[in-house]
Amino acid sequence: MLAFLVSAIRLGMVFLFGSTGEILTEKSGHLNLGTPGIMCVGASCGCFAEYLYLKSVGPYASPVLAILVAVVSAFIGAALMGLLFSFLTVTLRANQNVTGLALTTLGIGISDYMIAKAGTSFGRASKFFSASLPFADDLGWFGELFLSHGVMIYLAIAVAIVCSFVLSKTRVGLNLRSVGENPATADAAGINVSRYRYVATCVGAGISGLGGLTFIMDYLNGNWEYCIDAFGWLSIALVIFTVWKPNLAIFGSIVFGALYIASSYIVGVSFAGKELFKLLPYVVTIIVLIFTSMRSRKKNQPPESLGLSYFREER
Amino acid sequence: MDNKKTKKALSFHIVKREQTAWYIGLAIRAAAVLLALVFSGIVITLLTDKNPLAVYKSMFDGAFGMDIRVWSLFQDVAILLCISLAVTPAFKMKFWNIGAEGQVLIGGLATVSVMMFLGGKIPLPLLIIVMIAASVVAGIIWAVIPAIFKAYWNTNETLFTLMMNYVAIQLVAWFLKVFVKTGSGVLFPMPEYGFPVIFGQPYLLNIIIVAVLTIVVYIYLKYTKQGYEISVVGESQNTANYIGINVKKVVIRTLIVSGALCGIAGLLLVGGTNHTINTETAGGRGFTAIMVSWLAKFNPIFMVVTSFIIVFLQKGAQQVSTDFRLPQAISDIVTGIILFFIIGCEFFLNYKIVVSKNGKEND
Repeated sequence: MLAFLVSAIRLGMVFLFGSTGEILTEKSGHLNLGTPGIMCVGASCGCFAEYLYLKSVGPYASPVLAILVAVVSAFIGAALMGLLFSFLTVTLRANQNVTGLALTTLGIGISDYMIAKAGTSFGRASKFFSASLPFADDLGWFGELFLSHGVMIYLAIAVAIVCSFVLSKTRVGLNLRSVGENPATADAAGINVSRYRYVATCVGAGISGLGGLTFIMDYLNGNWEYCIDAFGWLSIALVIFTVWKPNLAIFGSIVFGALYIASSYIVGVSFAGKELFKLLPYVVTIIVLIFTSMRSRKKNQPPESLGLSYFREER
Repeated sequence: MDNKKTKKALSFHIVKREQTAWYIGLAIRAAAVLLALVFSGIVITLLTDKNPLAVYKSMFDGAFGMDIRVWSLFQDVAILLCISLAVTPAFKMKFWNIGAEGQVLIGGLATVSVMMFLGGKIPLPLLIIVMIAASVVAGIIWAVIPAIFKAYWNTNETLFTLMMNYVAIQLVAWFLKVFVKTGSGVLFPMPEYGFPVIFGQPYLLNIIIVAVLTIVVYIYLKYTKQGYEISVVGESQNTANYIGINVKKVVIRTLIVSGALCGIAGLLLVGGTNHTINTETAGGRGFTAIMVSWLAKFNPIFMVVTSFIIVFLQKGAQQVSTDFRLPQAISDIVTGIILFFIIGCEFFLNYKIVVSKNGKEND
């Protein structure tokens, strides 16, 4: 049971990064369907930089620097994808759905290419990421559940809390939400709509990208797998599941992680039954989506102008 | 339009084009494709230091090099075109159905179930009729569920249809684990229960069916009352309500059409091409079709061209990666680059940039 929870938390944080980034993006009115591609790029940029770093320093790698190199490159690589998305949708006013889907194609391609160059095994780098607090083992189940994780887990939760705070408690967050709800009004109030959308999308993409890195370096212990895009789609699902709130996403992501791996831990589930179990996160998301739209409470709705580009001239 | 006054010297501003002449549109699109090819050529050269001309030659070879490649090219164009036709009515209505992947797959699953459980037990013509019916019904079910919720509760259809894709994929995975007797999860092809081969070409029937569908969809959208209602709902729901169109009915009816066509695409893939199914049978075409349809401005005739370009690129890039021992991923990168150029060029179709030389304009 304990192992199950720990595992659910570790996988959940992949979703948490992905969906926190996507929430930021969606709050600005951008439905970025490129998130799966962005997470792939984040993972491969991080791994590639790590590969170069470890190769250049030989056996004398500093743990702090090793983590920093990977995290920063993952963030930058993914943020550049966000920049591409914003350039096309804000500056060139392209359709968001189409751009996002093309971004996913490109992102998967780029990441597969980089991995073909860097190899698929990052076991040594992964050790830096999974290093936990030295006294965690002495504290029994409490230590294992809360303190035994690698650095990315705590970073994910911290990022989600910061995002939640910024969105709901600060002026910047209020402006961002107004841009997503009604850009024309925001524009009239003197808010620079384009700038908010650019920044929110790039930062959001960067955060999503860290999810890919977490999946490879923490959850898979450094063994590359070509399935990150599936987690991207699930992260988009999680955004709905948590009704666009990063603080709820912390718990939502653990629920998703648990649902995803449940079949491996429940005794007596057949080989085929496992495939049905994997349906659960999607079905749960659909139910939440239906439920929120039926209750139609203002608080739990998607941003009003989600997926719509804003042209000042066409108001 | 352009009443934003500029203050800096040599600044530019954006003006919406009133109307774009067809030759300008064509020129801009051609320039975009050409630029994209040059750009991806540069990228490939930088990554691999291979001669870009040789790369293009190998690309062309991959698409047209042999008879079998040409057939397989046209077969892929046909399937992609069929799915693009399917998503188009919904898109024209501004219903963002990105669940074509799932709708195709579930249509294919219905077909394969009929082939497995009824194959050999009833005569072939009857079997094929049952296959058609099953795939169409399955596609409709998958598309109409989100449509009903959209119509009555305004549930976000983009996210709903996206989730339905994965439900379909997992159902296929489950089906393969349960019903494949060997337990390998790989279903052996059953060509004996597939479509008849005409003129010795296994893919010809698919191509003919899709060609007919293209014309039917074109007429449906352009010349029928229902097609007109779709455009009105897409342009403005308020207008539609005002002139007495039942928007709920139109949404649901259009998604029935959309889902049925997706089901047929699944039928063609399973009954006509593969004679089996796996979770990759739709292979991302459901998403690519969205781009095909959108790039063709929802015009079925243009879609023939856009789907051809995209399939050509994918086939060509696959050949490039084999010929030059590059990772397969290069095909995705090239496709992505070219898509972005085409998406970006839309801007220049709709807007023009006016450079004002000396800044301070006077009224």
